[in-house]
Amino acid sequence: MKVILNSEQIERTLKDLAGRIIADIPNELDIVAIGVRSRGEILAQRLSGQLSRQFRKKVPYGTLDITLYRDDLNSPQGNAQPKVRTTEIGFDIDDKIIILVDDVLYTGRSARAAMDALIDLGRPKAIKLAVLVDRIGREFPIQADYAGYKTDAEPGKLVQVLLLESDGKEEVVIE
Amino acid sequence: MAIKRKSKQFKWNRKHLLGLRELSSEEITYILDTAKGFEQISTRSVKKAPPLRGKVVVNMFFEDSTRTRNSFALAANRLSADIIEFTKKASSVSKGETLLDTARNLEAMGIDIVVIRHSAGGAPKLLSRNINACVVNAGDGFCEHPTQGLLDVYTIRKIKGTLEGLKIAIVGDIAHSRVARSDMWAMTKLGAEVIFVGPPTLMPGRASELPVGVSYSLDEVIEKVDVINMLRIQFERLGGNPFPSVREYSHYFGLTVERMKKAKPDILVMHPGPINRGLEMESEVADGRNSVILDQVTNGLAVRMAVLFLVNQGAAITNR
Repeated sequence: MKVILNSEQIERTLKDLAGRIIADIPNELDIVAIGVRSRGEILAQRLSGQLSRQFRKKVPYGTLDITLYRDDLNSPQGNAQPKVRTTEIGFDIDDKIIILVDDVLYTGRSARAAMDALIDLGRPKAIKLAVLVDRIGREFPIQADYAGYKTDAEPGKLVQVLLLESDGKEEVVIE
Repeated sequence: MAIKRKSKQFKWNRKHLLGLRELSSEEITYILDTAKGFEQISTRSVKKAPPLRGKVVVNMFFEDSTRTRNSFALAANRLSADIIEFTKKASSVSKGETLLDTARNLEAMGIDIVVIRHSAGGAPKLLSRNINACVVNAGDGFCEHPTQGLLDVYTIRKIKGTLEGLKIAIVGDIAHSRVARSDMWAMTKLGAEVIFVGPPTLMPGRASELPVGVSYSLDEVIEKVDVINMLRIQFERLGGNPFPSVREYSHYFGLTVERMKKAKPDILVMHPGPINRGLEMESEVADGRNSVILDQVTNGLAVRMAVLFLVNQGAAITNR
């Protein structure tokens, strides 16, 4: 197991992501942060805090459950069974700039599912993808708009983002 | 925001839902938790999600039904499945085709899930042993009506938070009620205390062997319970004269405004529908502030979506 980001570096990476989003998106547009369950949810909440402070306006956040949109429901991969949980987005997404937040971008399949799930909720003005870790190994033509740490971890490895709220500690590891 | 750490890995692996008696409390809780994720689909702009895209669900109803049949049909539609409606009257069953032949013929067309209601107890089980498709029991004889039991506990849990420690009365024609049985299994497994209330003539033969209390007086029970589920008097099933008159029945076992005065102020009033207004309960009670009868119907949709989703998941695992 190798630690690739410690808690301080995670914080710095998020701050950097927020900075790039702010440089990129005009303040007058309606921005919201939506995280993919479950680590993306925490990151979206943190990012919305950063963006709210720097934009000096409220950037709301929400949580998206993508289970029903996964492409492996009829051919389950591995041992983990996908569990349906709730989507909690307390605002209208029509005409918003959505910062879609996830912990790791790898094959691109989750991002595809997340986009389909979002489009069933309304018609956003744009969806921008922000990820803490960008890992090589895309299977779909999807790229992040704002990528934090980049890694070329080999296919057999597991890249795991651990966060205080969900895991009791804060680090990104490769095992 | 609370995120629970993954506890031990529970895995749903059933491809049929035949009854609640055979389910563990963990499995029941898993269905309820899953249903929570489906509630929101019905409230958003596109009331559809894709998990059963390309799957075919057959609604095989050998008995009349509006609520359950439509609820299953809508649930299947919202999950993007295709649905075939099959009714006894308009099918070859009226020409004498057996249940298994009918099902096998439908299966030969490539169906994935059969939702069956039948007057014979055990019909869903028989079907599940003889066909490859998933089977969901939508009511069999006097045995079980599992999705009704699930939506009842879902409704209670949503409002009360938990079933643990609640006292629940199920009132009326217990003997002929599959709802009472499914409710009993679900409620007791989740930690509630269940009391069957009704005249001795409408109690099941061996009620003392079931995990419930029995009372013949609604007045004695009404003030103690947190939830009261009023069953429909099923005139179509009653043989003989189980009670002298409808008026006498409603005098002793009807939920009246007067009787409600003795109940806890936050009691939940439930009914599986369709209501015989003025018989099991007065209209003022059915439409009153304690009534969750329409919530039951709304929640039923989410629960049935969850059940269809999960049996399909179970099939994906077992057929792998």
